[in-house]
Amino acid sequence: MKAAVIVFPGSNCDRDVQVALQKRMGTAPHMVWHRETDLPKTDLIVLPGGFSYGDYLRCGAMAANSPIMRAVVAAAKAGTPVLGICNGFQILIESGLLPGALMRNRDLKFICKDVTMRVETTDTIFTSHYNNGEVITIPVAHHDGNYFADNETVKRLEGDGRVVLRYSDAEGNITDDANINGSVNNIAGIVDEERRIFGLMPHPERVIEPLHRGTHGAYMFDSLLEALA
Amino acid sequence: MSEITPDVIKSHGLTDDEYKLVLDIMGREPNLTELGIFSVMWSEHCSYKSSKKWLKTLPTKAPWVIQGPGENAGVIDIGHGQAAVFKMESHNHPSFIEPYQGAATGVGGIMRDVFTMGARPVANLNALRFGAPEHPKTRHLLSGVVEGIGGYGNCMGVPTVGGETNFHPSYNGNILVNAMTVGLADANNIFYSAAAGVGNPVVYVGSKTGRDGIHGATMASAEFDDASEEKRPTVQVGDPFTEKLLLEACLELMATDMIVAIQDMGAAGLTSSSFEMASKGGVGVELWLDKVPMREEGMTPYELMLSESQERMLMVLKPGCEDAAKAIFDKWELDFAVIGKLTDSKRMTLMWHGEVAGDLPIDPLAEASPEYDRPWEETPKQDRIDPASIEQKMPHSETLKTLMGSADLASRRWIWEQYDHMVMGDTIVRPGGDAAVVRVHDTHKGLAVTTDCTPRYVKADPVEGGKQAVAEAYRNLTAVGAKPLAITDNMNFGNPERPRIMGQFVGACKGIGEACIALDFPVVSGNVSLYNETNGEGILPTPAIGGVGLLANVGRMATISLKAKDAVLIMLGTSTGELGQSVYLKNIENREAGSPPPVDLDAEKRVGTLVRGLIESNLVRTCHDVSDGGLLVAIAEMCLAGNVGADVHLPEQGSEIAWLFGEDQARYVVATRDPDSVLNAAASANVNAVIVGHAGGTAITIEGEDPLELADLRKAHEGWMPNYMSATIN
Repeated sequence: MKAAVIVFPGSNCDRDVQVALQKRMGTAPHMVWHRETDLPKTDLIVLPGGFSYGDYLRCGAMAANSPIMRAVVAAAKAGTPVLGICNGFQILIESGLLPGALMRNRDLKFICKDVTMRVETTDTIFTSHYNNGEVITIPVAHHDGNYFADNETVKRLEGDGRVVLRYSDAEGNITDDANINGSVNNIAGIVDEERRIFGLMPHPERVIEPLHRGTHGAYMFDSLLEALA
Repeated sequence: MSEITPDVIKSHGLTDDEYKLVLDIMGREPNLTELGIFSVMWSEHCSYKSSKKWLKTLPTKAPWVIQGPGENAGVIDIGHGQAAVFKMESHNHPSFIEPYQGAATGVGGIMRDVFTMGARPVANLNALRFGAPEHPKTRHLLSGVVEGIGGYGNCMGVPTVGGETNFHPSYNGNILVNAMTVGLADANNIFYSAAAGVGNPVVYVGSKTGRDGIHGATMASAEFDDASEEKRPTVQVGDPFTEKLLLEACLELMATDMIVAIQDMGAAGLTSSSFEMASKGGVGVELWLDKVPMREEGMTPYELMLSESQERMLMVLKPGCEDAAKAIFDKWELDFAVIGKLTDSKRMTLMWHGEVAGDLPIDPLAEASPEYDRPWEETPKQDRIDPASIEQKMPHSETLKTLMGSADLASRRWIWEQYDHMVMGDTIVRPGGDAAVVRVHDTHKGLAVTTDCTPRYVKADPVEGGKQAVAEAYRNLTAVGAKPLAITDNMNFGNPERPRIMGQFVGACKGIGEACIALDFPVVSGNVSLYNETNGEGILPTPAIGGVGLLANVGRMATISLKAKDAVLIMLGTSTGELGQSVYLKNIENREAGSPPPVDLDAEKRVGTLVRGLIESNLVRTCHDVSDGGLLVAIAEMCLAGNVGADVHLPEQGSEIAWLFGEDQARYVVATRDPDSVLNAAASANVNAVIVGHAGGTAITIEGEDPLELADLRKAHEGWMPNYMSATIN
């Protein structure tokens, strides 16, 4: 099991996810510079968090046009799983691998805190180690995480069970108060139709050991390891 | 006709005497570019001309100090071949004029100071002072500053883990934004700024130079008046994305062996970086200004030398390394230009398309800049507040709720949740406690970091207040179990030409110096910001102290949150009931009066050593220092953090108010299930120890009063700032 982490200018969670992959999967991932045009042989592609290209123009918009992204899109379409975290989720949307848009947070502020969310489906290679309906705590750190899609798209996402994580209160209730950024239907993460491409705003790589005050992120990497090893 | 008229000299902030010195040094009339260079080099901001005499008295040495003041940042040894590199710096004037960019570029500047030395920044902190909450500008300034700090630090991917925020009317027209960065480096791979090697290339990297920030350093050295709005164009604009690339490119270059010297271009830009590098190395420089990457057309040598465009570095490379170094900067898509060479002339020769545009001797400007022994007056002592003179006005629990929900003590969560405080994956103690703790990546060690100052104490008694700022930093580091190693000081004061203000500065230096010596806690870097006045009104003297300590093992540390429901609360240290300048007096009696709590440095050391021992031996996992608001506030903060209530005892005799709300120094509250061992350890260490309460329940219950539910207290404590910022309260 070997992953590849794509590094864009302005990525800043690339090392964090590198550490998490190494710790939970036992193998150091390839670190692939955005100017490369070919991917190494890999079982999983990770687009890390950060501020690729300074978030200038629109979050993820310029990174989506980086040379390496052509190879990423091709690999994704050929079935290689892709995990996009935070800015990585934004890049997945900008490159058309996932539907919708991520707008500025509802209260227009950057938010960094632990957030509770409900696991809506364990039927993905990213979430098999959680329980359906389980409430997990993973931190967020973003300015533009307000997920939006047209009614049609949302209906399809919901109907296909492609909403993977939803902001909730500690009891698992999906409330407006728990909706930290104003996302439609409290959506925190979605998968594509093949359930192989996952974009989410929370940062699982930040809660992988007890000293992080939480380990709920570790199970995501464990799920992947089991599916891909 | 000469272009150097008396008006031109005056507009460059030079006095008549200073201009005479310019003529002496030059042996002729300077041209405008040369005058501009003198102006910024001799500005208070760059030359420290009013403060140097007193800064020199501060203790700067310890066996673990690798580099003290005088470089871009201080460096201390943290064992295993690793070093911590840190400094705090002000960006006060620009932040008042344009809060977002002022604060953002302050953060960018201090991070550059740290990575210039070869360190990767791992923690940011900020010490902020705003005007009264009811002042019409405060919301706007607070909101802009916080957004600016977040905007820059978040993009850089460096966690902002701590700091402090005060409100006081003295800052109405002159806020303080002090930013601190801590970095990690290999102890044997620290980079310095002294240029060396005649003939070696001088290289410019980073952003292009524009017309922004020209004369920023001179602005930062003048008082404000109502026309300061017009100075907006002197504020620089930050680009954190470019700085992130510059950070990665510099660290990549530093991993090779190509750099002789490196210096960031901060205040006074190309002028101060080139002069400092040359002066420290005892060499001359020839600069080819037409080779400087420019953002705009038609720029002049004057503008190029004085621009404060951000995200730029100046380096001296080993000969022949230009191509290999350039390849790294090409990868990161940053400008790289050879803009000069070192000479043996000890002069700065500025070339512009083959012609000499300026020619100045280096040492007289950089090292022999003016130094003033400004007249100063001692601050008159105030009387101690007699606890017996304070009458109880309401139940103590109500007082507690009032204080915890006041602008002075309310939760700062609204601020730090806008900062990414977890990126890099090593934040072990997040904001909201005593010190924040970041793990040294890939080890079990931790760096504890804090910023502290109680300006109202310093105003009332600069010497005691100076001591207290250092002592509180020492206590905050100790409270997590870290050994305090060194500090950086950010001295924010009013106009030093007023003897009363100069007296505050002198007193604070004296107090800081005494505390540093007594606590083995030297100053390794710092910054001075004077002329913090608007229309003749000075700020509270604010010597902000940034402290760094070392935890041998992050698995063995303390936090403030009450964990066990059956723990005993023990106060370590002595209370005599110091209510002078307390948060109690300010909020309940609406006055700032009396002498501040005296600082007994022997006691600080004795109690601090005891506390670290208790944490080290695993007897204590919950600890909080007692500071603003006193004992009851400390206990309440521990309860809220752990969501566990407590019963609180009252003293058998003496003033209950002084006991609960006095701000005596050198005190901590610890929670333990083994009180006998803690009491015994205290007795052997000759430290007073008193059981002050017991953990449990969902409320804080003060002896003889109705319980105060934590949920109610939390609402008051957490509610103030969000309500204030959304303007639902005044």
